[in-house]
Amino acid sequence: MNRLWKDLTNGLIKENPTLRLVLGTCPTLAVTTAVFNGIGMGLAATAVLIGSNLIISLIKKIVPNEVRIPVYVVVIASFVTVVQMLLKAYVPALDKQLGIFIPLIVVNCIILARAESFAAKNPPLNSVMDGIGMGLGFTLALVIISSVREILGAGTFFGIQLFGASFKPALIMILPPGGFMVFGLTIAAVNRLTAGKKS
Amino acid sequence: MNLLVILVSVVFVNNFVLSRFLGICPFLGVSKKLETAVGMSIAVTFVMALASVMSWLVQTYLLVPLGIEYMQTIAFILVIAGLVQFVEMVIKKTSPTLYQALGVYLPLITTNCAVLGVAILNIQSNFNLIETLVNGVGGGLSFTLAIVLFAGVRERLETAPIPKALEGFPIAMLAASLLSIAFFAFQGLI
Repeated sequence: MNRLWKDLTNGLIKENPTLRLVLGTCPTLAVTTAVFNGIGMGLAATAVLIGSNLIISLIKKIVPNEVRIPVYVVVIASFVTVVQMLLKAYVPALDKQLGIFIPLIVVNCIILARAESFAAKNPPLNSVMDGIGMGLGFTLALVIISSVREILGAGTFFGIQLFGASFKPALIMILPPGGFMVFGLTIAAVNRLTAGKKS
Repeated sequence: MNLLVILVSVVFVNNFVLSRFLGICPFLGVSKKLETAVGMSIAVTFVMALASVMSWLVQTYLLVPLGIEYMQTIAFILVIAGLVQFVEMVIKKTSPTLYQALGVYLPLITTNCAVLGVAILNIQSNFNLIETLVNGVGGGLSFTLAIVLFAGVRERLETAPIPKALEGFPIAMLAASLLSIAFFAFQGLI
C-alpha cells in the first residue's frame, strides 16, 4: 500500500515529468495559451498514460526484447486514437483548440519514457499508479504555465475577465516567444526552490 | 509560384520549431554543439521528406479507399518507424562514413514530433504529392535553420556568466524566446 502511494506521488513533484525531467516539451509550449487547453491536454495525456502503462505492464513478459519499442508505440497509438475519437465526439471545442497536438500525444516522450523505464519493469497496479501520478504531474505543470500565460497575455483566467477594461494584455505572452519565456522561468523557479531544500 | 509560397511559409513565417513548437526535444537536446546540430538536421530533413511522401501515399491509396481514416495516427507512426529503420539499414550498407556521422540520431527521429507533425499537416492542408514533397523538405529546412542558429547562440552561452538557477535548460529557453521574437519579423513576408 505504502509502495503504491509512493508510485502515485512520485510524478507529482519529485520527478515531475515536465518541470524536473523536462520531457514532453512540445505540447507544454504549444497548448498553454489558455488554462482550458492546458487542463484538456494534461487529462488527455493522463488517460493515454494510464492505459498504455497498464497494457504494457501486462504484456511485458510476452513481448520479445528486440521489437519492444515498435510494440509499445502501437499500444500508445491505439490509446491516442481512442482518446482522439472520444474528444471529437464529446468535447469538439477542445479537439478544435488542440488540433494536431492530439495525434501528437503518440510522440510525447513522457509516455514512451514511462513505458520503457517503469511499466516494462513493474506490476500492473503500480504501473497504473505511476501513470496517474505522471499524468497529473504533467497536468499540474501545464496548469501553472498556462495560468501565467493566460492572465498576462489575455487578462483572463479560464475565460473569465479578471481586470477592468483599461487593462492592456501583453499579447506576446500567448504568442510563441512568451511560451519559451514562461516555461524557462518556471523551471528556473523550481530549480531555485528545490536547491534551497537540499542545503 | 504556389510551391514557393509553401516553402517560404514553412521555413520562415510558420517555422516548425519556433512558431509551431514541433521538434522541441531534439532542438534542445542536440543543439549544444554546432557539429551535432548539423548532423541531426540533415538526418531529420531526409526523413521528413521521405515520411511526407510515404504517409501521403498511404493516406491516399490505402486509408481513404478502405474508409479507415481514423487509423491515420497508428498507420503514420508505423510508416515513420519503419522508414527510420529502413533508412538506417540503407545508410549502414551504402555509406559507413555517413552512418557514423548520423547513426546516433536516426533512432531518435521516430519520436521527433516534427516528422509526424508534417505528415498530418500535409493531409490537413489537402496538399497534392508535389506540394507534400515541398512541404516535407521545407519542414526539414526550417528545423535546420532554427537548430543551427540556436546552436551558435548556445555555444556562446557556455562561457557566459549565468545566475545559478538559470543554468542549463532555463537560459536555453530564454534564448529560444528571443530567437522566436526575431522570427516574427518574417510575419509580413506572405
